[in-house]
Amino acid sequence: MAQPLVKKDDDRDEEVEYSPFFGIEKGAVLQEARVFNDPQLDPQRCSQVITKLLYLLNQGEAFTKVEATEVFFSVTKLFQSKDLGLRRMVYVMIKELSPSADEVIMVTSSLMKDMTSKTDMYRANAIRVLCRITDGTLLTQIERYLKQAIVDKNPVVSSAALVSGIHLLQTNPEIVKRWSNEVQEAVQSRAALVQFHALALLHQIRQNDRLAVNKLVSSLTRGSVRSPLAQCLLIRYTSQVIRESANNTQTGDRPFYDFLEGCLRHKAEMVIFEAARAITELNGVTSRELTPAITVLQLFLSSSKPVLRFAAVRTLNKVAMTHPTAVTNCNIDMESLISDQNRSIATLAITTLLKTGNESSVDRLMKQITNFMSDIADEFKIVVVEAIRSLCLKFPLKHRSLMNFLSNILREEGGFEYKKAIVDSIVILIRDIPEAKETGLLHLCEFIEDCEFTYLSTQILHFLGIEGPKTSDPSKYIRYIYNRVHLENATVRAGAVSTLAKFGAMVDGLKPRIFVLLRRCLFDTDDEVRDRATLYLNTLGGDGAVVETGADVKEFLFGSLDIPLVNLENSLKNYEPSEKPFDINFVLKEVKTQPLAEKKAPGKKPTGLGAPPPGPPSTVDAYEKLLSSIPEFANFGKLFKSSAPVELTEAETEYAVNVVKHIFDSHVVFQYNCTNTIPEQLLENVTVLVDASEAEEFAEVASKPLRSLPYDSPGQTFVAFEKPEGVPSVGKFSNMLRFIVKEVDPSTGEAEDDGVEDEYQLEDLEVVAADYILKVGVSNFRNAWESMGSDFERVDEYGLGPRDSLAEAVNAVIDLLGMQPCEGTEVVSPNSRSHTCLLSGVYIGNVKVLVRLQFGLDGPKDVAMKLAVRSEDETVSDAIHEIVASG
Amino acid sequence: MDSCPCIKNIILLDSEGNRVAVKYYSDEWPTNSAKEAFEKALFSKTQKTNARTEAEIAMFENHIIVYKFVQDLHFFVTGAEGENELILVTVLQGFFDAVGLLLRGNVDKKEALENLDLILLCLDEIVDGGVILETDANAIAGKVASHSVDAAAPLSEQTISQALATAREHLARSLLK
Repeated sequence: MAQPLVKKDDDRDEEVEYSPFFGIEKGAVLQEARVFNDPQLDPQRCSQVITKLLYLLNQGEAFTKVEATEVFFSVTKLFQSKDLGLRRMVYVMIKELSPSADEVIMVTSSLMKDMTSKTDMYRANAIRVLCRITDGTLLTQIERYLKQAIVDKNPVVSSAALVSGIHLLQTNPEIVKRWSNEVQEAVQSRAALVQFHALALLHQIRQNDRLAVNKLVSSLTRGSVRSPLAQCLLIRYTSQVIRESANNTQTGDRPFYDFLEGCLRHKAEMVIFEAARAITELNGVTSRELTPAITVLQLFLSSSKPVLRFAAVRTLNKVAMTHPTAVTNCNIDMESLISDQNRSIATLAITTLLKTGNESSVDRLMKQITNFMSDIADEFKIVVVEAIRSLCLKFPLKHRSLMNFLSNILREEGGFEYKKAIVDSIVILIRDIPEAKETGLLHLCEFIEDCEFTYLSTQILHFLGIEGPKTSDPSKYIRYIYNRVHLENATVRAGAVSTLAKFGAMVDGLKPRIFVLLRRCLFDTDDEVRDRATLYLNTLGGDGAVVETGADVKEFLFGSLDIPLVNLENSLKNYEPSEKPFDINFVLKEVKTQPLAEKKAPGKKPTGLGAPPPGPPSTVDAYEKLLSSIPEFANFGKLFKSSAPVELTEAETEYAVNVVKHIFDSHVVFQYNCTNTIPEQLLENVTVLVDASEAEEFAEVASKPLRSLPYDSPGQTFVAFEKPEGVPSVGKFSNMLRFIVKEVDPSTGEAEDDGVEDEYQLEDLEVVAADYILKVGVSNFRNAWESMGSDFERVDEYGLGPRDSLAEAVNAVIDLLGMQPCEGTEVVSPNSRSHTCLLSGVYIGNVKVLVRLQFGLDGPKDVAMKLAVRSEDETVSDAIHEIVASG
Repeated sequence: MDSCPCIKNIILLDSEGNRVAVKYYSDEWPTNSAKEAFEKALFSKTQKTNARTEAEIAMFENHIIVYKFVQDLHFFVTGAEGENELILVTVLQGFFDAVGLLLRGNVDKKEALENLDLILLCLDEIVDGGVILETDANAIAGKVASHSVDAAAPLSEQTISQALATAREHLARSLLK
């Protein structure tokens, strides 16, 4: 038994770190929990054990379903004890265990007894526990007690009922809405927090009734609200009313402005700040309205409390974006904040000053910032760099000092993101301020001399290649570029070779020198570098004769690649080495992924180095463009959704066909992407015969054949169907490819005149419910969920039967619904017994839908699911349930 | 939408960033590892600051965090980015002072762990499912203390009368200020 000895040593080491829970182990504690079953309960010992259990849960220890159930049952035994302290711990424990529905029944009667007890503490806590664990059915039974509790003379009981009401409103709105009389009475309570909770609940009950909210606000703003928290709520509701009524009152004063202004003289700082912030956020706020709010915020700036300073400077920073002059009065206080201990405050102060500063104060400000930069984190530095960039664009005359500042910080230590922000800023300044070009380029050249980031080096080299030749003395950059060829890794060397070639192409005087340098690169160890050097020497005429560079060579060097890289990659993969060279003109220029968006848009504002790659959303645009160019489909309206391509043939068959489903409001278009993989054949008049006998609601209205399909150059044929408007019709379609095939002479590449009609069976295709839902994420699900309101909420439970794992069940439902998982909730942590998944999407007809899925393991493998749907339309909520029910 | 102030979590860590007691009210951190990662990042970001006399504040991963340290304990309260900072700090102060009252001024990790039941009850009394329940330290401590009436309870050696005496003393002090 070496184990205990080792442990003893540990004990001695840890003596300073004494903890009453040292060496605690789940198994042992679960054993200890048997004392709950003793006929003679020892309340102190039981409390201790519960504390230990709670400690384990708090440390993130997971209980298995069996363990949790066992603990839960023994805990319920503790209701026999009359000990107040123990009962209190029991309440907390039950909430932490979040029991399942059948377990809840075990404690319901005990909790209901406590709910009607004479002891205030029992009543308050039993309400909170019961409302936390209950479902809708039980709620009707206890509703009477809850209504009583809301108007209980003990404020703790009243608050407990009101806060429970706030939570229950999410799941059982129709019941909670019946309590509004009691809640209204509680708003008048003398107890501060009761008033706060009652106001919050009352507003949530009425939030969709604009008139009622209006009435609530106007009566309360006249009366006296005692609690500062309730007053803050009232300010929020008031600004909401102001926002919504803004359109109605064109003339005269803003309603309720006097109330907000009055709140600036409240005795609680929390209320003063809430009111000041509300005023600064008013739509189209005038400087006269702003002044009193700015004045109180200015006072906060010199507070001794960091939180107050932070709140004030953060708000003023926002105001400075729209009303810089209103904030200039605070500049002196703001400048003293640059040296604030709290770096968040200092950064906000600096960026505010940069927004409000005038041309004459720039130099002084830069001096202060220079001292400040060395001791803040990279993330703050990026904020400062961005603020300086916009300042420089505002005052182009100051470019010299600002550019100097940027180049100085570029030389200091920093991470990639920070360096990239600086480089991007310099690039933008070079583009927008012509006078800054030459100094800016030199700063960049110096930076790449000592740059550890390959990405930045190559981007800068590329930029130099475009801008450098246009300067007054291009030769001075050559040295910097050629140094890269000596000192860097292969990627940067290759970039440097391309840049040299661009200088050679543009500046005839430099050609001889460039040729010498490029020839040296022919001996590089890296293939790519050598290949590039060879290519450029040939295209530029490196045989020594200095000739003017042809237009096509320039286009080759500087023009953008107008074909999507993905298509190019696919074509290259399909290319088999043969006598015939690969022809880039055969690469598909449109459809599939990125369309023509990459083509040079002259007016486009550069956003920095390496324009961001167009994201996947452009796929939809591409499809939309394509479809609207076909006259037969032009009147189908707006494209709602295009599916990902579905393969209809096996790999390695004669003809490769995949299909994209385009969903319109009352039409569906199938786009068949066909590829002919037989070199000896030319297909003509290609169509797809679609049998829609298993898709009753669909009727074929149009089809667009593909005139000709030569070897290995994909083409599209389309078939359109009409379907009931706005209805998510589903169905199964069988497909047959029909075409005229002509023999091609491989030696000449010419097709024979006569063709033979032929058919080719494709796999079936289905239109499913998920095709009618767009994946559209929301950033804050909770907010979206709450603001959607529960009017059209539908909740139901489903048994999903035995599943391999919880994660598998979650993914199955996500795929079925075709919605966007939010906040990373699609990931199920291993071994968890339950999981909540949040989905968001847009249903056909542009109806927003939010879904909350709660999964739980019921037994060893069976998965149960609770599905709550909120949308802007009840039929849609129902439709989602139908999808799940039938799926 | 303008809605009720919402507390995302209340966190109590020791001076090495280990959990003493935590309570999450938001489902933004669905797993324990997500929670631990958040706490770790939070701790390392704030540990060098001085939050001993006044509560400090930081922006972090789109949250507003207010925090205060005493001895080897670090108190944190997290709210949404757009939340009124002063409401958050009121909650923090309520928690901080209530723990001070319940531990009779001996606020350190050892004492907190020995009275973990009081700390957990305290958390339970401050916020319910993200909604602020009570912010007044005396009221919170009063509610928690009145629940552990048993004078002989080994986890809290002192009696309620003593706890309330401290509470009264504190109140008197704050009145004299």
